[in-house]
This record gives sequence, structure tokens and C-alpha cells, in this order.
Amino acid sequence: MIVSLQWLKEYVHISCSARELAHKLTMSGIAVERVETLTGDFTLELDLTPNRGDCLGLINLAREVAALHGTNIKLPLIELKENDERIEEYINIEIYDPDLCPRYAARLIKNVQIKPSPDWMQERLIKAGVRPINNVVDITNYVMLETNQPLHAFDYDLLGEQKTIIVRRATPMETITTLDDQERTLDDNDLLISEESRPLALAGIMGGKETEIHENTRNVLLESAHFFSRGIRKTAKRLNLRSNSSTRFEKGVDPEGVVFAINRAASLMAQWADGEIVGAVLDVHPNPMPPRTINVNPDQVNKLLGCSLYPAEMKAILNRLHFSVENEGNTLLVDIPGYRPDLLQEVDLIEEIARIYGYDNIPAQLPVLDPGQGGRSSYQKFKDEVLTLASRNFMETINYSFVSPRHFDMLTLFPHNSCRRALKIANPMSEEQSVMRTLLIPGLMEVISRNLARKNNDLAFFEMGMVYIPQEDGLPREKLKLGAAVTGNTGINWLKKQIDMDFYYLKGILEDLLQRLGVKEYSFIEGQEEFYHPGRSAYIKMEEEIIGHMGEIHPRVAQHFELKQRTCALELELDKLYPCWEQKKEIMPISKFPGMERDLAVVVQEQVSSSLLIKVIKDAGGLLLTNIEVFDVYAGEQVPEGYKSIALRLAFLSHEKTLSDEEVNQYMHQIIDHLSRALNAQLR
Amino acid sequence: MLKKLEHLEGAIQEKIDGIKDLASLNDLRVKVLGRKGEITLLLKEIKHLTPEERVHTGRLANEIKTNLEKLLEVKKQDLEQEEINIRLLEEKIDITLPGLPYINGRKHPLTRITEEIKEIFLAMSFSIAEGPEIEWDYYNFEALNVPKDHPARDMQDTLYISEDILLRTHTSPVQVRMMEKTAPQLPLKIIVPGRVYRRDDDATHSPMFHQVEGLLIDEHINFGHLKSMLLHFAQHVFGEEVKVRYRPSFFPFTEPSAEMDISCVNCKGSGCRVCSQTGWLEILGAGMVHPQVLEYGGYDPKKVNGFAFGMGIERIAMLKYGINDLRLFFDNDHRFLAQI
Repeated sequence: MIVSLQWLKEYVHISCSARELAHKLTMSGIAVERVETLTGDFTLELDLTPNRGDCLGLINLAREVAALHGTNIKLPLIELKENDERIEEYINIEIYDPDLCPRYAARLIKNVQIKPSPDWMQERLIKAGVRPINNVVDITNYVMLETNQPLHAFDYDLLGEQKTIIVRRATPMETITTLDDQERTLDDNDLLISEESRPLALAGIMGGKETEIHENTRNVLLESAHFFSRGIRKTAKRLNLRSNSSTRFEKGVDPEGVVFAINRAASLMAQWADGEIVGAVLDVHPNPMPPRTINVNPDQVNKLLGCSLYPAEMKAILNRLHFSVENEGNTLLVDIPGYRPDLLQEVDLIEEIARIYGYDNIPAQLPVLDPGQGGRSSYQKFKDEVLTLASRNFMETINYSFVSPRHFDMLTLFPHNSCRRALKIANPMSEEQSVMRTLLIPGLMEVISRNLARKNNDLAFFEMGMVYIPQEDGLPREKLKLGAAVTGNTGINWLKKQIDMDFYYLKGILEDLLQRLGVKEYSFIEGQEEFYHPGRSAYIKMEEEIIGHMGEIHPRVAQHFELKQRTCALELELDKLYPCWEQKKEIMPISKFPGMERDLAVVVQEQVSSSLLIKVIKDAGGLLLTNIEVFDVYAGEQVPEGYKSIALRLAFLSHEKTLSDEEVNQYMHQIIDHLSRALNAQLR
Repeated sequence: MLKKLEHLEGAIQEKIDGIKDLASLNDLRVKVLGRKGEITLLLKEIKHLTPEERVHTGRLANEIKTNLEKLLEVKKQDLEQEEINIRLLEEKIDITLPGLPYINGRKHPLTRITEEIKEIFLAMSFSIAEGPEIEWDYYNFEALNVPKDHPARDMQDTLYISEDILLRTHTSPVQVRMMEKTAPQLPLKIIVPGRVYRRDDDATHSPMFHQVEGLLIDEHINFGHLKSMLLHFAQHVFGEEVKVRYRPSFFPFTEPSAEMDISCVNCKGSGCRVCSQTGWLEILGAGMVHPQVLEYGGYDPKKVNGFAFGMGIERIAMLKYGINDLRLFFDNDHRFLAQI
């Protein structure tokens, strides 16, 4: 909202500069975003909070200014020269739906001259962002900006014979063409200003085209009514139609201000449109609301604010806001004026006292803290550790939780793959952000793709975050996952050969991570996720449970995501790892005796996996065989077609004695023997 | 005999002086002091002397022997030192050549800021609370004093899954969940970090962003307590010299409500482009928990009070790191992430 300072000054004396005023208003809760200097004037751009819709009216804003300066406001003087007629002779008003419209007032102004409004008025409207149209319409807008009461002017002569205004709900599918030339289809939540069968205006939102003021209008029927915010809000939202009028009603207007505004507008029409005011206001107000009083307990004020204000000081502040206050014992009884519908209970008045007293004047004090509490839960510590570990080897990324539904096709997921069952957002920003992710990998693929397009070629990324699994009913399940993806290599350097960031690179990091998180037993079995290279894909198994998957991205999928390089990725379900991490970790004593190492190279058929080979060795090696490392894998010359050679280093260790060669030889014999029987392995 | 000994000593001393490497030194040692060495051989002749001469010559011989051993040891030390000196000289490398590349990860800047904020409040004995990102309308709005047709819903354009389920627009629903879980026990002191979602997308708004929320409920909690804690927070994050101010504001779930500004991190308060010439930057919203919300959470507003505050992590991170485009956080360019 933009306020002309020169206009505001009509209602309140302002002695300080525009900037000072802006600062004071801002510090009392009426945020001034910008002050602009014009010739002979300043404008203030206000960013009003939703509870202070009253300040959309200059007179109410003037009350704020007056409260800050401890002065009074000046209301515009209204001179009403009414003729001898009575408005009842011209019009009849009936409110059918007082639950939406508690009050409807009308006046008739006869024999107006439609012409442009005076320059000063046009200028003020333009500064406030309202387009001048003609004197009658401009006056309704001018008075609205002044008083916050929306007004509407009908061409009286365009009403039907009966001259009866009915305020009623629309019938379903009823239509009205509004001033903006749009035909609107209504339902029975919408309120109409109507004749028996013909709608005239969409109540409180926009007038109808048919009874619009035009250059030949002679007689003006002026409406000043009160509509409850709930109904206006519903209709305005459903029709996506917001006007200066609907915005005000939505935020709440003073029901007591109806007559003041209509009289003010009538007097201006007499003055600037040469109109003749018909006697009396037709004010239909079947159930006036009783005045509201809120009790304020001064102790409660001081307790909540941490202040020690005297009740008299509080009363003085409330008086500055023009609220009348009476004492009843220790309690302050505060009358709430109709233009402050936001004040509903004691705490609202405590805020009024605090903001006028000044937040900066309230003393800061440290609360007494109980040091015995707080801290991270075990699960939170686990998550922090995973994040810290992962960020040693990968750059952390944060990706949107909503993704494109196309991702599932890009991943070539089977039609029945459960990952396709994703939550849909009912009102997404775009198709690209319309479903909640069920996997982290596609987000990481997009990050890699974007980086590769920018010639960042050597990449290692991870994300720790939720995926969202729909449930039969209730909230979806949010599963915490760790995803990672790598491509390229460790970078050129002058000293050593660079290492490709491939399947085994990723697997190495993963194994280290699992071990550090306390996973003692895990294995890799062949995987079947559609988006991995079928020959380079694994499930990670802990005991009998699959806790994640990893693999090289399938060339087709890589194409879909425009990955120009081989890329490997993984996903882990962190909640399945948490129990391992939580278990008490024991550190074993180290042996006092030296261990012994033996190398072993065997030739086996190509399809024999290293994990099987190691299992056979382990089974045969006895309890003293403590470690097995593969240090070479070879196929080619000197190894028969269809076979490969694997070299392993075996470590033996006893906690009781120094091992002898003979003893270890014996174990080695057992192992070799077992290998040849189980796998037909030959020593090399 | 004595003369022979003295002569021998002189000759050996000369030889030692002339030696240039450890191997020759060792050879000499064997030749002189070994079992068949010159001194040993000479001493074998001692039996031909008179008893008096024997005593005298024996003593002298031992002195010479000790002396030579000492000389040999000193020479050995010198030669060793010389050898190390030569090796050190030869092994000089260009220490300005780059080290081996180690593929090093980093935490995301938003994670770092979140951790920093968490630490501040953990040290003040707060706990960390978390809650679902996809939330009931009830917890996101209604229990926070925002009924279905409340105009305050316009402040936050919401992404919905269904009529009752939405993507949380703030971390505040966790407040109510934690109150329900804890009431009537006191105190409740939590901070709530997490992802939040709004229907917004431009250089200063992202449809997904992060908040940290704080809540303290106890007997005798007042607005002054809120002010001191937030000042403490601001000084930790932005430095001891930062100034703060509080402006009245509006949130449906707090009353009185406030916004906290800090003195501009760029111009220190004199006015610049970052702070639109005001000298101040808005960084968080706060207030005393609304009695209605306390009631929804299961507390008696007549007996307990509380304060709550909430801030956007992106905003703090942008100010701290001098980043001017919010979208960079979610673009995840390697070159951006590698800087922190």
C-alpha cells in the first residue's frame, strides 16, 4: 500500500520528517518498506501484516501516527445538504442472508453531472495506485482509501421497476458479468446484491456491468455495506478475483464505519458532481453487535513481557491508541473500537502495550537454564556421523524433494516397480516438480549431468535425505536414505597414476563407511535394479536383509540423463544401519605374538566369484586365519581360456603363541586341498 | 718398546685424520685394535720386559688404546654427520609441486549453517526435535491458530497432497507435536531444523528451503528472555559486534510477535545495497507462544508461557557467505560446493 504523506497530513498533525515517521511506524509494527520523495510530497510504501488491514484506510493509519506522537486525529468535516425527500420513497432493501451481510446502507444522490473528478483527487488516487474514471466512481474509491469502507455506486435508473435491492446467496450456476467484462459462474456460497431475479453486483468484490455508472448517469444509488470476511474470502479465492474492496473485507472492516463513509461520499458527490442528496440513510442493520470489552490484568502484562510497568502507564498507552479504559479493581477494562477486529483477547492488548512502549525498551534477561537437559538423541548422533563420514569422500548436495514423473521412465523402471508409486502434489509449481521422490539417484544423476555440461568432469556427490513412500491412509512414510554417485577420476597429477572413480572405487568407500558404522557382516550379491548395468550391479546385504544397492548406471539410463561418462551410484537405507551403529562397540586386545603371512595364487574358472573363493578359504583356514586380501586378479597369457588367476595374502595370528612354519604350512595344505575339491582350483 | 708405542700412536692418529669414509675407518679400527691388530700384537711383546717396565708400559699402552678408541669414535661421528649432510643435500625436493590429489568431500553450506545454529542452542541445553515434512493440515495450520479460511494462509502459499495433507510450509508443526508429546511436563526446549516447502520460485524464493525453529516453554518465560537468547544467537553467528533490533510483527501462532533485524553485515549499519540503505537486515521471526497454541499443545496458558522463533537457513547462509542468488544452493555445482 502506498500512502501520500501530504494526504495523510489532512487527518493528523505530523511534525517529524518523512523518514523519521517511517522509522517510528516500522518500529511500532507498521512496516514502511520505502520512502519516496516527490515534488511537494512524500510517499510511504507500507507492508502491512494481515492483522492490520485497518491501516488500509488513511484515517486509521492517522490514528497510529497520532498514538505514536500522543496527539489526536482530525476527521474530515461532512456537510450534508439533504433535500426534502426520503430515500424510502425510492428504494427498498432486504437482507436475506444476514450470516454473510449483517448491515447494508444506501443513499440516493440525484441529478449528478458525470465528469472527471478534480485534479487533486485524481492525483491522490494515482499516487495510491487507483485509476481515475469519473467523479462518482473516483469519490467511492477516494472515500474507501480514506475510511477503509468499500463503497459501490449503481446507476439508479438502470434498476428494474420494483426498485428493491435484495442481498442473497446466488443459486448454483447463476451467472453475473462483472465490471471487468468477465462472466462469472457462481455457487450458493457466493453473495449477490440483486434484484428479484437479476444479479447486480458480486457483494463486496465487484459491481455488475449492467448497472455500472456511465457518462449519462443521472441518479446514483450509493452502497455502503458490511460483509463478513469469511464469505468474501471464499468467493474471491474461488473466482480468483481480488479487488480493493474484497481485500479490505477479507481483512476485516469496521461495521460501525458504514454510515460515516456513505455520508462522506454523498457530501463529496454534492460538491464535485453537483448531486442532490435525498433525505436520510437507508440503514438495514438487523442485529447490531454489542460493543466489545477486553479485560487486561496488569500483572499478566508484566509477567509476559518481563517489564515492571505501572497500570497507569499501561492505561496511558491504551488511551493514546484511543481505546477507552476503565479500572475495575486491579483490572483494566478496555473498549475495543470497531476498526480493530484483530483485537480478540488479553494477549492482543499486551502486544498493543508492548509495541507502543517499544520492543527495544523491554529489558533483555537470560532465562535460568537447567544444564542437565538437552542434547542430541542417539539417532541424531548417528545421522550426524553418517553425514560427516560421507562428506569426507563426496560433496554434499541438497536436491528438491519433488521431482519430475518422467524420472521413472528415464530410469527405465518396470511398470510394476514400486518406486513408480509416488505421491503427487495436487497443485505443483510445474510438471518438473510434481511428484515426491521415491529414490535419491535421479536427483544425483541430474546434478552430475548439469556438472558435466559445465565441464566439471571428475565428480563425487552424495545426498542424505528423505524419500516418500505412500501409505494406504494417513501420512506417507518418510525413509531416510543416503545416495551417492561418482564419475571421472581422481584427477591428473604429476606423481602417481590417477584412479578411475568406478564401481570398485565407490565400493571401497561404501565398505569403509559400513565398517565405520559398525556393520560387521555384510555381503554383495548380484543386483537387479533396472537402472544399473546388469553385469555391474549389486545389492548390499546385511545378514539376510538388503540394505541398499549400488552399480554402474545402465548405458540407456545414462543416455536419458545425458551422462557422457560412466557413472556409478548407490543408495542405502540408513534406518536399517542404525541398530548396528547403536550396538556397543568393543575394542579387542591385540596379540602379543607376531603373526605370519602367506601368499597364495590359484587359477579358477572365470565365473567363480572372489567372495566364494574367500568363503572356501575361510572355512578351511581355521580360527587363526584372521585376514584375507585379494592383491591380484589376472586373466590372459599363461592362464587357460575361461579361467582367471587370483592372488591372495592370508594372515594367521594366535593370541597364545608364536606360530611355527610347520603349523601354518599345515593350514595352507588344508586350504589348498579344500580349494581344489570345492572349486577345482589349481595352484599357480 | 715405549718409543714404538708412541710412534705407533702418532702414525695411527695421522691415518685416522686422513680417512674419508666409514668403511676405511672400520678397516683401520680392525687393523689397529682388532684381535690381530697392531696394538694387540705389540702388547704381546710385553712379557719380555722387566716387571717395572711391564707396569709402566701396560699403563701407557692402555692409555693409548683408550685414546685411539675415542679418536676413532669421534671420527666415526664426523663421517656419519657428513654422510647425512650429503644425503639431505642430495634429497632436496621442490616443495612447491602439488601434493597428491585426495578426493575430498565437503558438507553443503546449508548443512554447515544448520550445524552452527544447532550447536549454539545445544550449548544452551536445548534438544533437537524433528517431524514429518509431509504433514497434516491440522499441525501445519489449525493447531497453530490458522483455521481453514484465515487470511494468514495467504502469507504462505501451500503445496497440497490432498485436502488434509500438505508439504509443511514451516517447521512450526513440530512445535505442536512436541508439546503434545511432552505436556504437561516442563520445560520444553527444542530446536527444529528441516526442509520446508512453499509455492514460490525466484532469486530470493525457492519452492523448497530450510528453517530452524526454536521453542521454549516453562513457567515464568517472558519476552525479555526471548530477546536475550536471540541476541546471544545473533552474536554467535554474526560476531560480537552485531547489533539487533526487534520490530512488532504478526504471526498467528505468537502474540506478541516480533521480527529481529541485525545490523547490516555488509555496511555495519551505515546503509548499502544489501540492506536497501536501511542499515538493517531482517533475519528471523519470533514471539511469545499464542495461548491458543499452548492449549492445542496441551499446556495451560494460565500457568505456563513460552517463546518461539524461526528463521530461514538460506537467508542466514546468504548473508554469512555473501551469496546473492538462492538458487545456487540447489544447483549443486561442484565449483560452488568445493569452496566452503
